[in-house]
Amino acid sequence: MQAKWLDIGPVTQIEPGMAATLPVIGGDEIAVFHTMRGEFYALVNKCPHKQGPLSQGIVHGDSVTCPLHNWKISLRSGEALGDDEGCVPTIPVKVDAGRIYLLREAVVPAKAALQAEAA
Amino acid sequence: MNAQTSFDKAQPLRERLPEKLVVIGNGMAGCRAVEEILARDPGRFAVTIFGAEPRVNYNRIMLSPVLAGEKTFDEIVINTAEWYAENGVELIAGDPVDHIDRERKTVVSRSGRVEPYDRLLIATGSDPFIIPVPGRDLPGVVTFRDLDDVDKMLAAAEQGGDAVVIGGGLLGLEAAHGLSLRGMKVTVIHLMPTLMERQLDEAAGWLLKQELERRGQTILTGADTAEIVAKDGHVGGVRLKDGRQIPADIVVMAVGIRPATMLAKTGGIECERGILVDDHMVTSDPDVLAVGECVQHRGQCYGLVAPLWEMCRALADHLTEQKLDGSGGYQGSVTATKLKVSGIDVFSAGDFSGGDDGEDIVMRDAARGVYKRLVLRNNRIIGAVLYGDTADGNWYFDLLKKEEDVSDIREGLIFGQAFALGAGALADPNAAVAALSDDAEICGCNGVTKGKVVQCILGGAASLDAVRSGCKASASCGSCTGLVESLLALTLGDEVQAGAKTMCKCTSFGHDDVRRLILEKELRAIPQVMQELHWTTPDGCASCRPALNYYLLCAWPGEYEDDQKSRFVNERLHANIQKDGTYSVVPRMWGGLTNPRELRAIADVVEKYDAPMVKVTGGQRLDIFGIRKEDLPAVWADLNAAGMVSGHAYGKSLRTVKTCVGSEWCRFGTQDSTGLGVTIERMTWGSWMPHKFKIAVSGCPRNCAEATIKDFGIVCVDSGYELHVGGNGGIKVRATDFLCKVATEEEALEHCAAFIQLYREQAHYLERTAPWIERVGLDHVKRAMFDDPEAVKRLAARFRYSQTFMQDDPWAKRAAGDRSDLHSHLATVVPAPTEYA
Ligand code: SRM
Ligand SMILES: Cc1cc2nc3c(=O)[nH]c(=O)nc-3n(C[C@H](O)[C@H](O)[C@H](O)COP(=O)(O)OP(=O)(O)OC[C@H]3O[C@@H](n4cnc5c(N)ncnc54)[C@H](O)[C@@H]3O)c2cc1C
Ligand code: SF4
Ligand code: FES
Repeated sequence: MQAKWLDIGPVTQIEPGMAATLPVIGGDEIAVFHTMRGEFYALVNKCPHKQGPLSQGIVHGDSVTCPLHNWKISLRSGEALGDDEGCVPTIPVKVDAGRIYLLREAVVPAKAALQAEAA
Repeated sequence: MNAQTSFDKAQPLRERLPEKLVVIGNGMAGCRAVEEILARDPGRFAVTIFGAEPRVNYNRIMLSPVLAGEKTFDEIVINTAEWYAENGVELIAGDPVDHIDRERKTVVSRSGRVEPYDRLLIATGSDPFIIPVPGRDLPGVVTFRDLDDVDKMLAAAEQGGDAVVIGGGLLGLEAAHGLSLRGMKVTVIHLMPTLMERQLDEAAGWLLKQELERRGQTILTGADTAEIVAKDGHVGGVRLKDGRQIPADIVVMAVGIRPATMLAKTGGIECERGILVDDHMVTSDPDVLAVGECVQHRGQCYGLVAPLWEMCRALADHLTEQKLDGSGGYQGSVTATKLKVSGIDVFSAGDFSGGDDGEDIVMRDAARGVYKRLVLRNNRIIGAVLYGDTADGNWYFDLLKKEEDVSDIREGLIFGQAFALGAGALADPNAAVAALSDDAEICGCNGVTKGKVVQCILGGAASLDAVRSGCKASASCGSCTGLVESLLALTLGDEVQAGAKTMCKCTSFGHDDVRRLILEKELRAIPQVMQELHWTTPDGCASCRPALNYYLLCAWPGEYEDDQKSRFVNERLHANIQKDGTYSVVPRMWGGLTNPRELRAIADVVEKYDAPMVKVTGGQRLDIFGIRKEDLPAVWADLNAAGMVSGHAYGKSLRTVKTCVGSEWCRFGTQDSTGLGVTIERMTWGSWMPHKFKIAVSGCPRNCAEATIKDFGIVCVDSGYELHVGGNGGIKVRATDFLCKVATEEEALEHCAAFIQLYREQAHYLERTAPWIERVGLDHVKRAMFDDPEAVKRLAARFRYSQTFMQDDPWAKRAAGDRSDLHSHLATVVPAPTEYA
């Protein structure tokens, strides 16, 4: 049986205020964020506006500003903030004993069982 | 027998011989659990406690003051030998339990003692985590968990010398503090960029670091330990992954704890990270209970004492089948932490990532070194971080735990309990200010009284800015901005004018003020600017962070360390992001010149990386499109090999120096415009600026290089060089202003450097030269450059000095492996192979 949570490595691999990417074969690339406040979040790496790579935005508080046209996206809900409208799927994250885990079933469409391979 | 026990009538009465309760762990939770049971039903159990430590139960958290010399061991004992005797509790100290036999319901100790139980309580606490680096077993490497550890540290401190503490969390900092008080030279090595990152935000972590450094500790953040090195068979030092080596006579590992579950696991009790327990602290075996740091309750493990007290109450209620509290078992805890380092007040509680509907209330008082931040959601406090003044920590924590609605006291909340709950009038800041006497001081920095501020306002100052320039109130650190705004409102009512634009919503200061104050107050880091200038958000926003990063870089050349997380993606990745998330790469072609080697290298890159397009840009060079972030370093390496460097087509920096053919070939050319363009580009490339900066050199007034729509343009004439500034060919076309005419190339270069430096030092971030000159006026620029005959020289010298730090190719560094994290994926998720079978 596959564990419910997918281990994607130590918390130290993403510096606070930055994000890193996790391509998913057969699914959407995921952006994993580490906020300056030390929280971890994961979103599909596609801005609801025009699919900009959110992982490359500037992270502040618990939102990220998209690098393409400056939409502000909530890392908690994936929703566009302010006057903009749209939402990107979020992936539940947990941190345990210094490692980051993503909820496996949220990483790709159901069925496919997964494993993470270090790049 | 015990009068309190209520017998259930439906149950047959049985002979109530005391049941046998065995406790494993004579620590804070184990003993407290026994105390709670005794308080409820003293005769119910015959209790035996096994303790691995050869001593009675003591207050573990006070080991820090013991290390620091503020307390003795005797002062921190909780249960004396007499207590055990009086309560009929048998203590077997110094003999750890090695085995649990649930079949026979016995435990076996290291000395071979076999003890039967009816109920078993596991309270084994945690084990310090040891990072698996070479040298971790050397003598002189210690952890910080029990009295023996403290004794080892004290023995080392007697010899003096160097101590290295690995881990900048609560425990590590308390160890560092103690060792430093005991006379050792202490270095703290912390993996994360901020200290105590689990409890503190960046702002508070930064203040803490400053204070510890002021006290003489060396704090290395973002430092990863590679190895503990030996000297004569003992610890000799610590080597970091970046190669640095720190001498050490003792190394304290304080990187974290792991619930001590080994015993439970081998006894067949269900464990995950900790021993799994229900709300009554019962494990997967109904006769075995567990309490303290070793347990995992509703997915949570705790590392503080407060939750243990609650667990112990729930456990005792259950074991004695009664509820003194009337509670329905243990519900989990919200925790608060304080750092026990004398003279440093730090408090943190709850969740400080507010979320969408979360709001921050931030108060900074730089003069007192205070930073307070409350996080609210739905009018309830959900988190608090306090630095410097923690007096109200417990009050906030109480409001947080009770989930109290704070709408009514919101205005004054951040000023603390006394203020917020004071006389009703005080909760309204305007009323409070109105009540102040005329000679009450409003602005401490500049000694301005309320009377003076009001006078200034009545004298015509109708905005915050006007007051700032009129009487200096609020012009220095800004902490009295709220008071001045109240006075404006009280004095003028609706007539108050909105001030000049502030940098962003995080501050009440405009760009000019921030730039001035960075220099005046010698502010050298983003969190320092935010603290000293009373930023109202904890970590700024996407518009002030890049601006501050630039201002600091400009103010402190060579000293300021560029903050990558405050950079827009293009500048972080040294390439232009495209609409599909790939990047374009533009190598520099000095003055628009190229050669077969460069062209061949570009052609090779296009083929090798399958670039879908290569294009001649409007800036006289070639742009390669569609490169993935992972391939960028390799592409750059290939281009570097042909002698090309970054063209900074992505940067708020020098872009291109456009040239025409000039006197070398053109029948009209008056000077070597191409050669001059190349020299200028060599002088100016790599410089960071408020916005992008373009230069052109035309060989004659026909101006084929379009020098009169550039930020700095040179038009060559027979008698010398006409210098033009402030042109723009973009959104709003603006032709340049004529600055001056010079006779020689050297002068042209000197003036170019001086003009750029003036722009770098004075313009607002994201303001190009055209709008900057429109705003300040050409006269201002001319005066700044020419009133003082030495000005050009001085400005140019500052520019050249700053360039000595800027002119190493960012691509080369990345190609050599720098910041490879920015160019790689964490991992790739692939469907497990079996799924295809
Ligand atoms: C590649 C290039 C177009 C081309 O194919 O020729 C280009 C491409 C972009 N320009 Fe430009 N500009 C290019 C020459 C120009 C020129 C012509 C010149 O430099 O002689 C101008 C007008 C001259 C000027 O700047 O005064 C120009 C005025 C702009 C502007 C308007 C600036 C303004 O102050 O009004 C922007 C928008 C901005 O900077 O905010 C802009 C912004 C952009 C951006 C960076 C848009 C963006 O933010 O992503 C484009 C990046 C495309 C990409 O994905 O790589 N580009 N852009 C040219 C690169 C030149 C180079 O070698 O570095
Ligand atoms: C230096 C220091 C400072 C701290 N400061 C604070 C603070 O300021 N605030 C705060 O809330 N918390 C603080 N803590 C944490 C706090 O001390 C712990 O949360 C608390 O002690 C946990 O209690 P416990 O009973 O679960 O574990 P412990 O107190 O560690 O007790 C477990 C005991 O079980 C024993 N044991 C383990 N295995 C066996 C075995 N097989 N057989 C017999 N005995 C065994 C151990 O030797 C130990 O004595 C601090 C901790 C340290 C080390
Ligand atoms: S003109 Fe507009 S579309 Fe063309 S490159 Fe410049 S910014 Fe992009
Ligand atoms: S794609 Fe993100 S803002 Fe446009």
